[in-house]
Amino acid sequence: MIDGLYDWIDDRLNISGGGRKMVNKIFPDHWSFMIGEIALYSFVVLLATGVFLTLYFVPSSTDVVYHGPYIPLDGVHMSEAYLSTINLSFSVRCGLLMRQMHHWAANIFIGAIVVHMCRVFFTGGFRRPRELNWIIGINMLIFAIFNGFLGYSLPDDLVSGTGIRISYSILESLPLVGPYLANLLFGGAFPGNALIPRFFIIHVLILPALIAGLLGAHLTLLVRQKHTQFKGPGATEHNVVGAPMWPTFMAKTQGFLFLIAGITALLGAAVQINPIWLYGPYKPYLATYAVQPDWYMGWLDGALRVMPHWQTVIGGRVIIPNVFWPAVVLPGVTFTVLMMWPFIEQKITGDRADHQLLERPRDRPKRTALGAAVLSFYFVLFGASATDVLANYLNVSLNIVLTTFQVLVFVVPLATYPVALRICREFQATPGAGKTKRHNIVIRSADGGYSTVPTEARPGDTLRELEPVALDASIYLPALVGSPSYEPVDRAGIGARAAAGGTYEAVSVDDEAEGAEGDQGLAAATTGAEGGGRARSRVFRIPRNYRGG
Amino acid sequence: MSGPTGDTHGEPTPVTVRLDADQFKVAAANPRQMERTVAATFLLGLAGFVGFGAAYWVNASNAWLGVSLGAGFVGLGFGMVAWGKYLMPRGPFSESRHSMVPTKAEKARIISDFSSRGKVVVERRGFLVKILGAAGAVFGVVAMFPLIRSLGPLPKHFSEATHWHKDSYLVNVNGERVHKDDLEYGGVLTVFPEGDVGGALSQTTLVRQLPPKGEVNIVTAPGRETWSPLGYMAFSRVCTHAGCPVALYQELTHQLLCPCHQSLFDIGPGAAAQPVFGPAPRPLPQLPLYIDAQGYLRAQAPFDQPVGPSFWWRRD
Repeated sequence: MIDGLYDWIDDRLNISGGGRKMVNKIFPDHWSFMIGEIALYSFVVLLATGVFLTLYFVPSSTDVVYHGPYIPLDGVHMSEAYLSTINLSFSVRCGLLMRQMHHWAANIFIGAIVVHMCRVFFTGGFRRPRELNWIIGINMLIFAIFNGFLGYSLPDDLVSGTGIRISYSILESLPLVGPYLANLLFGGAFPGNALIPRFFIIHVLILPALIAGLLGAHLTLLVRQKHTQFKGPGATEHNVVGAPMWPTFMAKTQGFLFLIAGITALLGAAVQINPIWLYGPYKPYLATYAVQPDWYMGWLDGALRVMPHWQTVIGGRVIIPNVFWPAVVLPGVTFTVLMMWPFIEQKITGDRADHQLLERPRDRPKRTALGAAVLSFYFVLFGASATDVLANYLNVSLNIVLTTFQVLVFVVPLATYPVALRICREFQATPGAGKTKRHNIVIRSADGGYSTVPTEARPGDTLRELEPVALDASIYLPALVGSPSYEPVDRAGIGARAAAGGTYEAVSVDDEAEGAEGDQGLAAATTGAEGGGRARSRVFRIPRNYRGG
Repeated sequence: MSGPTGDTHGEPTPVTVRLDADQFKVAAANPRQMERTVAATFLLGLAGFVGFGAAYWVNASNAWLGVSLGAGFVGLGFGMVAWGKYLMPRGPFSESRHSMVPTKAEKARIISDFSSRGKVVVERRGFLVKILGAAGAVFGVVAMFPLIRSLGPLPKHFSEATHWHKDSYLVNVNGERVHKDDLEYGGVLTVFPEGDVGGALSQTTLVRQLPPKGEVNIVTAPGRETWSPLGYMAFSRVCTHAGCPVALYQELTHQLLCPCHQSLFDIGPGAAAQPVFGPAPRPLPQLPLYIDAQGYLRAQAPFDQPVGPSFWWRRD
């Protein structure tokens, strides 16, 4: 049946020809390549939960009165958008879970994009020939942030409504066209009546379609250009070493999708997020203390706060309003420089060659230090979005906290650069730092001295030393199907070691042992041999950067 | 055993690989045990989904729904990752990578194909291309018209956007007129012009301060001698920074604080509601008040300037 269907399609589209390439496509193994997958799969979770939400959410700012199971809001005037979100949370079966999963997935999505971007930046993954995919990625980040903000705004609660008010002011601050744009987008002066339906369609259709399109392009380029890889046994500029698409990568990545969905569900079950019923419906004249946006907008909010009260006035007319600098120029410059970075770096280093092998951050100390300094700048801005909370918490005046941040925003990046540079250089000067190691056994001898010895090799350790099999250039003997080859490779070795009593299992906490000399104790602990000295030894096993399997 | 290396173009030479090579064996030391682990996690996943169905059916709490759904997915996911990691050919495998740079011949061929036909189409009939381009450009411009004409009204003169007029009554959130006996000294109230209760732009903060000794009014700036009868002062509630409601009043220091970005405005005598801290660049506009014969608070006139944040070409 399936064979027949495959033949039917194959005879019309010739899948077999190019399909083998996909089946044999190699995905390099490194934990950091998983971060992009987190973003991809949280987007899947976003789409799935988002479709559920659209079935119940009413994108309307019509004034209605709530009567329902949530007593504190009974009889309160609110928009239909807010009311339907309350109903989603209290009356729709599974609605609260879907809402919370959606919100969590959005936070994870943007977070994973940012971390993925950092990974690509610090390892030089953006270098030629991957400049285009870098730019596509940055654009996805921009759209994701916008869409996150819109989605956060749709419930029309007091906190998000305040955010929309600020975004109106930001739009209005654009020189020349600002007031017109703000009026057109909002359908009039704030708040306007078109706001929620328009934000809704942008949130559920336009931006997701753009993100999905860019995502398709991102993955297409990934397949076409093949994945980057770190230097390692057998890994060169001219091959890709790792696991094949079928079956290994499929199993892992499919499992990973489930894990992301599962973790999002657990978060949605256990960790409350955006409880809009506690905030109340948006009223333009109400405000709450400690209003913070979602984390990915925090740096912008912080920038609005630390920006001094300047505005450009010429001839008694405002030319550049205050919020334009922190809320338009800052993100504009941020994302423009990010997008241009591959070319900026090419200009600086003069390196325009193709690169398939990634660099370790320490091997490019200046790039790493620059990246760290820039990141620290945004971290400080993020911190500055909590000036009022900090002032309250630390019991100091707001003035002191704000002035501190105005200083820190310059000082911290300047201090971060040399520190990061130094760390990179120290790493470079330390042979073997960060290399895959076996477990170390730390032994305290009877006289109080400490020493370490590596454990014996574990089954996974030898795996990396094997030579890669070139799947696209191999003829298999005998045939894979029915091959009795799915046997553990190291079972005999383990058994033999266990029989000899010399494995790490034999090394255990040996508090009861009594007696003598440290040297003997060390010997006894490492070999696990019977007899010898009965030292009072304590053995710890410390995984250090263990990466087997 | 080894694959081709160093070759970026052309087909690699096939190599014979025995399927009992170590690379095709599984990574698990004890596959039977790993099989049992994977089976157990799959069963956990199965149980999770059954639990989710049951929880949904009986309309259980959010926690039950989420935990069962999460257990279902985590069980499946964990099992599949373990399966892929420990019970599949351990590798490593490789494929060769080809340069993305086309050869000179490839480039030359497409350019010649494109330009030879292009000459006929574009160059010989250039006027057609020009007309087509003109039509496209005009459509591009015309297509913007609906956006500009219909999405929303063009901005009006902004001070008209509030509903304050000469003689407007001050009303509270419930629409009740504010009387001169309503507030104690130090009291604060959110007010609107009658007819625009809850208005986002008309919102105004009414504060009553004890006038300086021997005076009836509070004078926040020269020219505003009559604006604050009996210590009643009204300021636009829309922050001049980013438009949040300036909602907090600190009675002891005579200051209004915006909770969004902590702009602080001094509304004491002579201070003219100037910002004294934070990012706000301009003072809060003040509404001139009077008390009518019945004792109700009313506006002498609308705000003398646009309320809210700065924008292009606004008078400073």
